[in-house]
Parts: sequence; structure tokens; C-alpha cells
Amino acid sequence: MDCVVTGGNVKVLAKAIHSLSRIGDELYLEPQENGLALRSVNSSRSAYACFLFSPLFFSRYTIPLGHAFRCKMAIKCVQAVFRSLSSLEKTVEKCHIELDGEKSRLTFTLHCKYGLLKTHNLSFQDSESLQAVFDKESCANMLHAQPRLLVDTVLHFPPSLEEVSVSVSGERVWFRNHVDDEAEQSKAMLTELCLSSDEFDHFAVGAQTSITFCLKELRGLLVFAESTGLPVSMYFDEPGSPVVLSVTDSVLEVNFVLATLSNDANLCNHNNNNTKRARSPPPDDFMTDDIDSYLIAMETSELAGPSDALAPRSPSSNHTLTTQPSVAMRRLERGEEEEEEDTEDTERPPNKKFRSLFFGSVCPSDSQLTNQTIKSQEVLASDSEDDTQASLP
Amino acid sequence: MPLSTQSQTGGDNYVLVASLDNVRNLSNILKAITFKDHAIFNATPNGLKVTVEDSKCLQANAFIQAEIFQEFTIREDSVGFQVNLTVLLDCLTIFGGSTVPGVATALRMCYNGYGYPLTLFLEEGGVVTVCKINTQEPEEPIDFEFCSTNVTNKVILQSESLKEAFSELDMTSEVLQITMSPSQPYFRLSTFGNSGNAHYDYPKDSDMMELFQCTKTQTNRCKMSLLKPSTKALALSCKVSVRTDDRGFLSLQYLVRNDDGQICFVEYYCCPDEEVEEE
Repeated sequence: MDCVVTGGNVKVLAKAIHSLSRIGDELYLEPQENGLALRSVNSSRSAYACFLFSPLFFSRYTIPLGHAFRCKMAIKCVQAVFRSLSSLEKTVEKCHIELDGEKSRLTFTLHCKYGLLKTHNLSFQDSESLQAVFDKESCANMLHAQPRLLVDTVLHFPPSLEEVSVSVSGERVWFRNHVDDEAEQSKAMLTELCLSSDEFDHFAVGAQTSITFCLKELRGLLVFAESTGLPVSMYFDEPGSPVVLSVTDSVLEVNFVLATLSNDANLCNHNNNNTKRARSPPPDDFMTDDIDSYLIAMETSELAGPSDALAPRSPSSNHTLTTQPSVAMRRLERGEEEEEEDTEDTERPPNKKFRSLFFGSVCPSDSQLTNQTIKSQEVLASDSEDDTQASLP
Repeated sequence: MPLSTQSQTGGDNYVLVASLDNVRNLSNILKAITFKDHAIFNATPNGLKVTVEDSKCLQANAFIQAEIFQEFTIREDSVGFQVNLTVLLDCLTIFGGSTVPGVATALRMCYNGYGYPLTLFLEEGGVVTVCKINTQEPEEPIDFEFCSTNVTNKVILQSESLKEAFSELDMTSEVLQITMSPSQPYFRLSTFGNSGNAHYDYPKDSDMMELFQCTKTQTNRCKMSLLKPSTKALALSCKVSVRTDDRGFLSLQYLVRNDDGQICFVEYYCCPDEEVEEE
């Protein structure tokens, strides 16, 4: 891979990486025919983000033909390349990204003012493809807003707030801070904002619903959307199924898929029973995630995952969790993480798939996937609206 | 040096009296060399030189010329003493070290000679604080024998361009490698960290490069931990001169402009970390 980013697009790229760093610790980089995909997922796999920069985003974009390549690296290292975000626009004239598969080096070369040349040679690991299973087009509700509107809304919540609830009905949207059931109700402070539908560029509410998801990732996306001035779309269904936040432009497409909280306790119990049968309790040292009560459809395989018809998420599927996961539930999540750890520790067999326990049903067999890799990617790209907008500033 | 002065009182008997209208002109520059507690003070009629050392590998000197002081009286050719720099800085900023224009702490620093404490009279807004800091036996600073005739490579850069590089340096790297060469890459800073390596190249014709005198390709490594304190000096400075001699010793000289526009110098000497094969 060999690509060049110039002018203001360097800052867009840098902002994207900073935005991704709010999701997970690792950056998955995949040069595709339809552009450069940068992805990240959080450790509990409840949040996933993908930035797809089309070839037109770059001044030069060449990828080796007929040779799929993907890698991952610590996102901190990539962030370090673009550390001085504020001065980036003034100092960096050109950014050259080169991937040397043989030497296992990803090279970022920043051509800066006064002839200063910054070269960062980063090491990376080969990785499986990372692809969330989601279908935003089938969501019942869609809100489309200028970033400013959402930024101003989110601004009212304290920085320590972890989750926000969004409720829609008819012509209105409510944003309120989510108060944990465990929290003492008398001490909790509620903040609620009500927005009218005419504040949005597009307001399509098919079903009255209320969802709760993590604010941190939303904030991360908003920082990006605000800096690029691009509108944000929000696609969601009933509680428990993921919310998709999108930013699209003619040269880039951003999708954040965040798990939402379910309020259905029965389904949770059902889950627990399944879990107990499926898995023996793993050791206790994997309880590190603070938002482990979420999970979204996430599938990782050696080949690129599907994102089209292969995502028949039935509303009643058992991917719902309560806000207070029971002990058994926690075990389940540990179990999942343990599996992940295991696959990292021991050399993973090439075609072994990791999948969320809750979404085992959506994963096709490997033979099925082989021909679908490229197809699914095309579908991803076709999601973007036919923007006639000029490329980013 | 006489063993003692006749009297402990009376300004007339001080061997050294230095007054400043704005104590920041002294405290700021001392902050640029604060990485160890012990500071060796050496006053001559030319001014004050303060030396701080670490592990016999790093030496920092701050020079405050006599002209910087409103009064600088010295009764001997050379007056030396050692004090705890952290304590001294705490005293100098006892009024909070305000940066508000028009509000300045005035200082009168007196020393009676060997065996006497260093006496500071600080005044701000009519309030006077008197601090006495016990002095210690002055040690002899290490002579790095860094001689300008042995300098093989020298560049002078606007600090601005180095500030950015130093603020971004990969601190997981154990060393900072400095390459100076009459041919490419001219002047290069390299780090070798956990995530890979990074190089910062400054072309010799850059507007940031004030002087470029390299005669020989030289690659030196310095411990990052040793160089880290020098970023304080860099932050204050407007120009920096980077020199290496034939032994691979590194000299960094910082030109610092104080609040009143006067110029002072801070200098760092650093031993090379290890021999690097020269091209």
C-alpha cells in the first residue's frame, strides 16, 4: 500500500485516528479496493467504529492487486504520529503512508513546514478482518442532524456520565442521562433535553422507542463530525439492538456501531441458562471492562465478514442484557474474552472464527464467505449516499 | 577564600550582593536546570554561574550575567557555594511567582562568605520576606573538557522547530539518537521505542536552521532520561545550538530571553550513551 494525503485531509485522517482511539486500543488497517478502512473495537466488543476513506480522499492511492492485506497495531502508536493535532494543519503539508509487508513496517512520513521530515516506522501484526454485522438501512428510526446540534446537546451532560438515553416519539427526541438502577434514586440528578423534529435535517421515526448507549463513543464521533462539519445520522431500533451513528461524505464513510442497553430481564435469564450449559466458568482475571454489560453483533473471521443479507438479527434474539448483569452473565462475558485471549496467545488456526456468543447464528461458514468478501465490501460502500458534495475541506 | 568574614551583620561585609527588580529573571532560568537538588553557585565579577549535575553524565549550567542584576557587587574574584536548588526556587517564588505584568517580586541576595547562609530579601507590594538558606561545601563541577576547537559538528536551530520534536518524542525509547552529517540526513533525531522507530530530519537549508557546520557524519546516542530535563530549557529558549565533539560528547546551548528582553544562556553537556559505529 502506498498512499498520500495532503492539505486539510491530513487533519481529517488525524481526527479519525483520535476518534478511533476512544473506542479501542488497537487500530485495524485494511487497504481495500474501495478505500482505506480504519477500524477499532472496544475490549468488550460493545462498540465498533469504521472509517472508510475512499481512494479520492488521497492524492495517491495504490494497493497491491489481488492480494488482500490487513493488519493491526496499537492505536497509541499511530496517535503519536499525529500528536500535535492543533498545529497539524499549520505544519504538515503532506502525509505519506506506506506499508511494507515484507519488513512488517507501516511508515508514516510527514512532510512539514521548513522542510522538516518526520518519519515514523511502526511495527504491526497481521490480523483477521474486523467487521461488525449491522444493517442500518433496516432500522425503523433515523435521525439526521448537523453536528452542532448534537454537540450542543451532549454538552449539557457531565463528563463523568457514562450512558445516555435517547427516546423518540412522533415529533420529538429526548436525550437524558441514564441513571443506573443500582444508583440511589434520591441522589441521582436527571438531565433531560427535548429536541423538536424540525431541529433535524431529516427525522424519520417509525417506532416509538427509547435506547441507552455509551456517551464516550458518541462524543468521539461528534468531535470528528464537528471538525469536518459533516452531518451525523443515527439509525436505531428497539432497545438491545445496536445503534449506528454515521457520517458520510463523497470521500469518506464513518460508521460507529454501539450496543444499546436492554431492559428485558427475561431474555437475560434465558441467556444465562444457555451460557451455563455452553461454557464452564473461566478464571476471574478477565473482569476489566467497565461496560461489559453490552455486546453488539460482532464477528471476526479470517475473511472479511458479511454486512448484507447475512445479518438477519431477529428482534427476539438473545443478545439482550440487563443493566445489572448477574454473576452468571459476567461469567459469560469473561468466557468470551477468555476465548479471545486464548486465540491471541496461541497461534490461531487460519480459519478459526471468533464470534460473539450471541450472534453465532449470523456467521456463515468459511466456504460461503470466500466469495462474499468483496461483495460485502461493496455493499458497505454503497451505503453511502450519493453525495454531490465536494471533497472535504 | 577567607574562612569567615568579620561580622555577621551589616551589608558592608557581604562578599556578594545581587539585586533584581524582577526575581523571575533568575527563577525562570534556574527552573531550566532543576533536575537535581544540589546546585553549585559560582559568582565572578562577570556574573553568576549555576551548575547542576546528574550521574556524572549530565551537566547543566545557567549563566546569569552581572548586567542582568540591578546591583551586582562582589568583593572577591570568585565566590563559590552550594545550596539546595529546590529550596532556593521555593524561596524565590514565595510570593507565588505571579506572571501578572506590573507585579514583580524584587530580590536582594546576599552572601557573607564561607560558612554563612545565603540570605534572600524578597519584596512584593511592600511585604518583605527574609529567607536564609544554609550553604554547603561547594563541590568542584565536572570538567567535560568540551572544547570548541574539538567540535566536529554544529548546528544552530530556532527552538520552535525542536520544541515540537521534543514534545512528540517517543518516551518509550531508551535513547535519543542524534545524527549530524554534511550530507543527508544532515540533522536527524531518532527514537527507537516499543512501537517502532521515528526519525525527525531537518534539512540544512531550512529556515529553522540558522547555522549548519557539519564536517563529519556523526551518530551519537544519549539516554532519553538524561536529556529529558533539557526540554525545560528548550521551552524557555528562542535559539539552540547543538554541538558534538570528536569524542561524541553533546553540548546543547540555549539562548534564553527574559521578561526584560535580556539574553541569558543555559548549557547542557551530555555524555554519549555508547559508541556507535560511524559510517
